[in-house]
Amino acid sequence: MHIYLPIAEVSVNAFVLLGLGGLVGVLSGMFGVGGGFLMTPLLFFIGIPPAVAVATEANQIVASSFSGVLAHFKRKTVDLKMGSILLVGGLIGAALGVWLFNYLKSMGQVDLLVKLCYVVFLGIIGSLMFIESLNAIRRSKKSTTTATKRRDRTWVHALPFKMRFRTSGLYISIIPPILVGLFVGVLAAIMGVGGGFVMVPAMIYILGMPTKVVIGTSLFQIIFVTGFTTLLHATTNYTVDMALAVLLLVGGVIGAQIGARVGVHLKAEQLRILLAIMVMGVCFKLALDLLLMPSELYSIAAAGGH
Amino acid sequence: MYLRALLLLLITALPLQAEEVVLGMSSDTISITTSFDGSELLIFGAVKREEPIPSEDTLEVIIAVQGPKEPLTLRRKEKKFGIWINADAVEIDLAPSFYAISTSGPFGDILSEVEDLRHKVSIPRAIRSVGAPMTVTDSQSFTEALIRIRTNNELYQLNENAVSFDEQTLFRTSIALPSDLTEGDYKTRILLTRSGKVVSSFETELDVRKVGLEKFLFDLSRQQPLVYGILSLTIAILAGWGASAIFQVFRRQ
Repeated sequence: MHIYLPIAEVSVNAFVLLGLGGLVGVLSGMFGVGGGFLMTPLLFFIGIPPAVAVATEANQIVASSFSGVLAHFKRKTVDLKMGSILLVGGLIGAALGVWLFNYLKSMGQVDLLVKLCYVVFLGIIGSLMFIESLNAIRRSKKSTTTATKRRDRTWVHALPFKMRFRTSGLYISIIPPILVGLFVGVLAAIMGVGGGFVMVPAMIYILGMPTKVVIGTSLFQIIFVTGFTTLLHATTNYTVDMALAVLLLVGGVIGAQIGARVGVHLKAEQLRILLAIMVMGVCFKLALDLLLMPSELYSIAAAGGH
Repeated sequence: MYLRALLLLLITALPLQAEEVVLGMSSDTISITTSFDGSELLIFGAVKREEPIPSEDTLEVIIAVQGPKEPLTLRRKEKKFGIWINADAVEIDLAPSFYAISTSGPFGDILSEVEDLRHKVSIPRAIRSVGAPMTVTDSQSFTEALIRIRTNNELYQLNENAVSFDEQTLFRTSIALPSDLTEGDYKTRILLTRSGKVVSSFETELDVRKVGLEKFLFDLSRQQPLVYGILSLTIAILAGWGASAIFQVFRRQ
């Protein structure tokens, strides 16, 4: 069944979209990843214009993050104060990102920017995940766990504007969280991702937040940043496709619940390797598009690129 | 004085075209709905004459359907720093979003170069491009690329011998409209030619419109982008909340 997407102005098979939403949903449910970083490039591959894919995916992430954060609120694993500080940085970053996005769009380079960002980030994440899960498998075979040491005082503690975060049990400067939020905001606007894959490690290793509040707090920040990004894209580029978002949502929401249940019964390390391979595969495909001579050198865009 | 008036009357009273087109179309509006997946447009008609068919040369038919014209930017990729990135750009002043020509014979035989120039029938003539920046020396290849890309997407079509023309009177053809059609007024022209010259022409409009939900969403996104954005977010939040609520019920069981 083909469906004509009103904003993307292309006709796509509705079941392909539901399936993609479901597949990415299962993966995100199994691994607790947002899935935006897989969904957006997959949308490129089925012929959705990158600008529409990025803006619409931001909208979809609002839904999946909202669904996730509710559970964390119930468990009281959201550090609202830290979340708000991260959010301040995130909103500034999203505004910067959309501005950069629109500037490069007028130059005809936005597709390149989006794809380059994806190649770099997917490459890094894919290989890190691959190495980590290989190590995890090796460790589980030896059945010896090496405890990770946490440094108590880092450069983070030497900065001014300190604030107390009770839920996280921290007393640190607000500069690092704002910078982390800012960086994630820029990524959200340019890549159509929540940015959890950058924020979560940054919160643990740079800010030193306890692991149990990290996911909930990052989801809290992601909802508002991606929501803001959606609004900015909708008002400046008109690239949020509601029909596309709804189809992806339906697939994604069901998939996430299935994934969460399936994930419990499966061996995480082996699956993580599969996910890593998939991420690297998508990265490789995008990189090839940039490196190999395209079959059509010319492309058509609306005049002026506005 | 009388004579002049009589002459004037004679000239105006004379039918301007000895052969005229009477046209029918399978529909004069194309509705782009949610399930729109391209369409087939049937164009048929007859040649009306007061006199017998002139015996000199056979009559031929050219049918051209042209979508709304819009300015475009064409970009060409170049290899820089090891990757292929957009480099040169050329602005095209006006190019139809869709253009299909169907003819009853080989295009070059039934329409002369001069007549093509006057009536702007062939695909390259339908595209208007004035100037390229100084840095681009081969602006022609950009126009060619536009035609090539749109021809591959079936947005530009030259269907020679696709019009069946019986007894130099009844003609019919069908034009495939692809799924990625732009909305607007589609100018439909029927030209009758003899010995390469246009002897009669007829013009009508085909209305291509988004309808229903498609139209509502598209219009809202352009006219009230903030409302559209908030609506998108509301749907997303409701869906996220609904999903967790529904699955909570399942979990309890």
